Amino acid sequence: MTTPSTTMAQALNSALRDALADDERVVVFGEDVGRLGGVFRITDGLTAEFGEDRCFDTPLAEAGIVGFAVGMAMGGFRPVIELQFDAFAYPAFEQIASHVAKMRNRTRGRVALPMVIRIPYAGGIGGVEHHCDSSEAYYAHTPGLKVVTPATAGDAYSLLREAIEDPDPVIFLEPKKLYWSKSQVALPARTEPFGRAAIRRRGADATLVAYGPTVPVALEAAEAAVEEGWDLEVVDLRTLVPFDDETVTASVRRTGRCVIVSEAAGFAGVGAEIAARVQERCFHSLHAPVLRVTGYDIPYPPPMLEQHHLPNVDRILDALDRLQRDDRPDPRFLSLGGAA
Amino acid sequence: MANRQHGGGPEELLPAERPVRFLTDTGAAVRGRSRYPLPSPELLRRAYRAMVVGRRFDAQATALTKQGRLAVYPSSHGQEACQVGAVLALQDGDWFFPTYRESMALVTRGIEPTEVLALLRGDAHCGYDPHRHHVAPQCTPLATQTVHAAGLAYAERRKGSGRIALACVGDGATSEGDFHEALNFAAVFKAPVIFLVQNNQYAISVPLDRQTAAPSLAHKGVGYGIRSERVDGNDPVAVLAVLTAAAEHARSGHGPFLIEAHTYRLESHTNADDATRYRTDAEAEEWRRRDPIARLEAYLRRRGHLTDEDTAEAATAAEDFAARLRTAMNADPELAPLGMFDHVYDVPTPQLDEQRASLRSELEAEEALA
Repeated sequence: MTTPSTTMAQALNSALRDALADDERVVVFGEDVGRLGGVFRITDGLTAEFGEDRCFDTPLAEAGIVGFAVGMAMGGFRPVIELQFDAFAYPAFEQIASHVAKMRNRTRGRVALPMVIRIPYAGGIGGVEHHCDSSEAYYAHTPGLKVVTPATAGDAYSLLREAIEDPDPVIFLEPKKLYWSKSQVALPARTEPFGRAAIRRRGADATLVAYGPTVPVALEAAEAAVEEGWDLEVVDLRTLVPFDDETVTASVRRTGRCVIVSEAAGFAGVGAEIAARVQERCFHSLHAPVLRVTGYDIPYPPPMLEQHHLPNVDRILDALDRLQRDDRPDPRFLSLGGAA
Repeated sequence: MANRQHGGGPEELLPAERPVRFLTDTGAAVRGRSRYPLPSPELLRRAYRAMVVGRRFDAQATALTKQGRLAVYPSSHGQEACQVGAVLALQDGDWFFPTYRESMALVTRGIEPTEVLALLRGDAHCGYDPHRHHVAPQCTPLATQTVHAAGLAYAERRKGSGRIALACVGDGATSEGDFHEALNFAAVFKAPVIFLVQNNQYAISVPLDRQTAAPSLAHKGVGYGIRSERVDGNDPVAVLAVLTAAAEHARSGHGPFLIEAHTYRLESHTNADDATRYRTDAEAEEWRRRDPIARLEAYLRRRGHLTDEDTAEAATAAEDFAARLRTAMNADPELAPLGMFDHVYDVPTPQLDEQRASLRSELEAEEALA
C-alpha cells in the first residue's frame, strides 16, 4: 500500500478539522473563513461540518479579530484565527505585540492565551502589492510569541495541531507558495515537536539553513550542487521560536560551512540572527564566513519582477562558490562598505 | 451568528438630548420622571462610602508619588462617581476591563491597594490575579482592552454564564481604531458588554473638540447599532441608574451598551503633567462645584438616608484605608530579578534558561562583592 499524496493545504485543513472534533474549546474565525472556506480554502467545509459557532466569519478588522480572540482565550476558548495575508496582519500588530505576546508575563503566569494566529506569508505566487511580505522577523523579535513555519504537509498538520494544543500564543506562518505542494504523508501525522529542526538532507561539506518557503529551494540547490562536487546538508528550522540551536550548531560544526536561505529582506532579519548564533557557537569549526542568501532590502517587488528578488538555486550555488574552499578572501567583501 | 442586531430605527439607539441627571449641581432631586429607575438607597449609601474611601485613597497615592514611592500616578480625583459606579453596577462574576486611571475602581472592587498600585510603583506589570477578581490587567495602550472585553463577553455568552463585561475608556481613546472595532465586534456578535467612556474633557492636554466633531461621544454607538446613552458623570445617582440599566440590557441578551459620562479630572493627567498649561483655574472651579460626593451626600441627607454618624464612619474608614496604604507602600517591595524570565512562555526556551543562568551569575558575583 502506498502512502497517500497530500498537499499542505489539505494537511492544514485536516489539522483544523481534527482539532475542532477533539476539543470543544477550539473556535476558528477570521475574514472569509466561514462559507467560503478562506481565500486559500484552508478552512474549507469546517462551518458546514461544525456549525457557525465553531467556524465563523468576522467583520473585516484585523486588530478586532486578534483582540476578540484575546478576550475569548481569557474566557476559556482556544481561538485559531486567520489573518488573510501577511501584510494585512499589520493593523493587528499592536494587539499582538502589546497584549498577545505579553499577557502571560505581565500577569505572572495567571492569564495564559492559548491561541493561534495563522498567517499566509511570503511570496512566489504572483501576488500583487501587499500580498507577499515575509514578516517573520517582527514576530520572532517579540518575546512571548512562538513562531512556526512548516515546509512539508506532514509538518503542516503536526505543527498546527501542536500550536492549537500549546498553552502559549503561536504565530503560524504558512508559506503560500507551498499550499499546493505535495508530500507523501498519511494523516494524522505527528512529527518532531516545537523547537526541533529537521535535517532534510544529510551532507558533509556545508550546511544550508532554510525555513518555510525556502526549504524546497535549498533542497533543489543541494541536488544541483552535487554536480559541482558539493555534498550539502539541509536543515529545516520548522520553528523560529523556539529556536533549535543544538541541531544547527551540530550540523555546522560537522560541515564547517553555513549558508542561510530566507526570502525576507536580509538586513536585521531572522537570517542575520542565525548567522550571529552560528558564528558565536561554531567559530572554531568554520572554514569560511557564514553567508546569507536572502531577498534584497527592498519593498517586495511587483509580481512580474519577483523571480529576480527571491532566493533561487543559482544564487545559492553562487554563495557556495564564495565559501572559500581555496581560502581566498571573498571579493565582495574587499571594500569596507556596500555589497551584500 | 452574524445576526441583525437591531430591529427598530436609529432613534431607539440614540442617547438622550441632554445628559441624564437625577441631581442638580447642589444635590437636589431633578424634577420629572427619568426613563431609568432610581437606584436603591442602600446602593447609594454604598456608593457614598466607596467614593469617600476612594477619594482618600487617590489623595494618598498622589502623596506617595511625591514621596517617590510610586513611579507615576494618574489620579481619578473628580471622577469618583464613575469609578465607584462602574464597579457597583457589576456582580462579582462579571469582568471589569480598566485603564491605568481606574485605581480607585479597583480598590472599590476589593483588590488589595498594594496589588492595584504595583504597576504604578513599578515592581510588577499587574499586581493582582485577574481571574480571581475578574479584572483584566490595567491597560495602558488606549482602547486595546475594549476588544478583549468584547471577546470575553462573547465567550461568556457562548458559555451561557450570564456574566457580562464592562470596559472603561477615556474621551481620547474613542479616537483609537480599536475602540471602533470593539463596538463593531460587540454589536455584530451581540456580546454582553458595557463600554463606559469617562469623558473628562482632556486627553492629557488635547480638548474634546480636537478629538471629535460628533454631536457627542455617545452618538458613536449608533453607527454600530449599539444602544447609547450620556450621563452627568458627576451625578452618582444618574451614573448608577444608567449603569444598572446597561447591565440589565447586556445581561438579558440585548447586546452591548455605550455610556458617555461627562466628568472632569481635577488633577493633572499624572504627577508628571502640568494642567495649568492647557486649562484654566476657573474651569476646574466650575467642576469642583459639581463634586459628586457633596452632591450625593446632600441628596441622601435630605432624604434621611445618611446621618452624621454615617459620614463620620466613612471618614474614619477612609483615614484607616490611607494609613494602611502608607504603611504598606513605605516598605520596599521585594524584587526577584530572576523572575523576569518566568512566564515568558509556559515552559522556558533553552535560550531563556541560558540567559537566566547568566543573570544569576551576575547577581551572585554582586552579592559576593557586597
